[in-house]
Amino acid sequence: MADHAVVAEDEVDLSRRKFLTRATIATGAVGTVLAAVPFIESWSPSERARAQGAPTELDLSKLEPGQMATPVWRKSPIYVVRRTPDMVSRIAGHDELLKDPKSENSDQPPYARNPLRSRSAEFLVLIGTCTHLGCLPKQRFSAGELYPGWPGGFFCPCHGSRFDLAGRVFAGSPASANLRVPPYSYPNARTLVIGADEKGVA
Amino acid sequence: MTVKTATGAPARLPERAAPKQGLWAWLNKRLPVDEFIEEQLTGYYAPKNFNFWYFFGSLALLVLVIQLLTGIFLTMFYKPGELTAFDSVEYIMREVDFGWLIRYLHSTGASAFFIVVYLHMFRAFLYGSYRAPRELLWLIGMLVYLALMAEAFMGYVLPWGNMSFWGAQVIVNLFGTIPGIGTPLVQWIRGDYGIADATLDRFFALHVAALPLALLLLVMLHLVALHRTGSNNPDGIEIKEKTGPDGKPLDGIPFHPYYTVKDVVGVGVFLLLFALVVFFKPNLGGLFLEAPNFEPANPLSTPEHIAPVWYFTPYYAILRAVPDQRMGALLMLLAVVSFLFLPWLDRSPVKSMRYRGWLSRTALALFALSFVALGYLGLQPAEGLYVVLARIFTALYFAFFLLMPFYSRIDAVKPVPDRVVYHAH
Repeated sequence: MADHAVVAEDEVDLSRRKFLTRATIATGAVGTVLAAVPFIESWSPSERARAQGAPTELDLSKLEPGQMATPVWRKSPIYVVRRTPDMVSRIAGHDELLKDPKSENSDQPPYARNPLRSRSAEFLVLIGTCTHLGCLPKQRFSAGELYPGWPGGFFCPCHGSRFDLAGRVFAGSPASANLRVPPYSYPNARTLVIGADEKGVA
Repeated sequence: MTVKTATGAPARLPERAAPKQGLWAWLNKRLPVDEFIEEQLTGYYAPKNFNFWYFFGSLALLVLVIQLLTGIFLTMFYKPGELTAFDSVEYIMREVDFGWLIRYLHSTGASAFFIVVYLHMFRAFLYGSYRAPRELLWLIGMLVYLALMAEAFMGYVLPWGNMSFWGAQVIVNLFGTIPGIGTPLVQWIRGDYGIADATLDRFFALHVAALPLALLLLVMLHLVALHRTGSNNPDGIEIKEKTGPDGKPLDGIPFHPYYTVKDVVGVGVFLLLFALVVFFKPNLGGLFLEAPNFEPANPLSTPEHIAPVWYFTPYYAILRAVPDQRMGALLMLLAVVSFLFLPWLDRSPVKSMRYRGWLSRTALALFALSFVALGYLGLQPAEGLYVVLARIFTALYFAFFLLMPFYSRIDAVKPVPDRVVYHAH
């Protein structure tokens, strides 16, 4: 057995011991944080989920004026509405009733940041989940369908949010933002691609 | 048997000493069983004036056991995953022998859990059980409540009915209202671009493993903290301050056998009511199990009217009462978090409502009324008069907490007796 020198209490180098204790705790803490990374990352959408979230196409020639198609992109129904000139005319004239008429606090690509919230007046493309808590707003396109003076639009049955025919939210709704617009583009006149535009795939 | 002494007077038999040998002694040398029973049960003194309100702590423990037991058995037949979840629940209901019973025990147990926990919490409001020295006991209890809410929410998603799906959608999207990190956070929680297979599977893991473990740990801490300070009582008097020559509280009686016997009666009555629901009204008219949940989850069809299960509806009503989503979510969170501050908001010189004046009593009555009313309004569609009422009761709900430092201080109080009020039966 080796000879251990007996160290008197007052000879113990406490500052050295404190330093080592702190260094050990700090190293352990850093290690714990780093070890948590793979576990936290594992909750992100998997490769498969990301692949299934690829852009989706819609044949616009099958959509009649005034009709809505709901293709699915990234688990969300996408509302594609072929607006008639009458429907387009009903979008104007109620800006004072809207929370965000100019889409300043709403989520849309730059090309949809206009009063009609679309690339063209004819086709409206929206993510069909309410910006309040994700329910599906129902189509109430006819004027006066909800109440006298209703200009037509969408109504969420869950919490009563109302949107116009450009997806802009009416004041008095629990939702605070307009319906979101996904990135989309028209590679040719009759095809709509949802999830990809000039900037690439979303 | 009595032993007669020479003088003819009955003598007490010597206390039966623990056997020094044998299996029990062998066990106790290695595990402090006797010590534990003595410290936590036969030698743990509880106030002798407990009343009806003191049934619900032990009943909550009972329901926890029911949920663990039935839950373990459900796990044997349930298959998570968006393609199998709904069908496996139907399989349990129709084809597993007594599967219907095990599931109804579990689903009724979830609601029973909240009933007893809400009554248990109301008891704390009545008698000031959250006050010093029991603040930490209260805080741990609130953590149990939060873990229970998470557990119940995720359990509700598992059957993958349409209300499961849309309930998950609404609740997970609440995290999206957090400024800056909302959208990526929601995607991280879901593990996909919508509520999906990945979401269901992780909720399953949390529901059957992570949260039950957390609940058990918190319940254990709750009990340890309780046994450190001792129970409060309807008079709000610290019984430890008046002890007899033996050092035992004069107004205390050993938990076992006195309160175990009392609690057994509570268990009997509880199980009777519990069985009535399980066997005759397992859905309780849509309150315990909602009709839209008997349809499989459909991401393309929202139920006409989304309402959570009854135990969340007070908070849900608060959420919907606010016409701004971020404020609504914030108020909903505050409604739950407010409970945590109770020990420091209450400035009354006395603990129990028995010795408080009309201000505190009225405030508590209005708060209880608001909670129940919001619970009702959360089940109704968010329109017209319902919204107006929800706003009024939301204001009352928060006024209870915000104004407590004022009304509890200026409220008249009655003199608190030295000893607990107790009438022998």
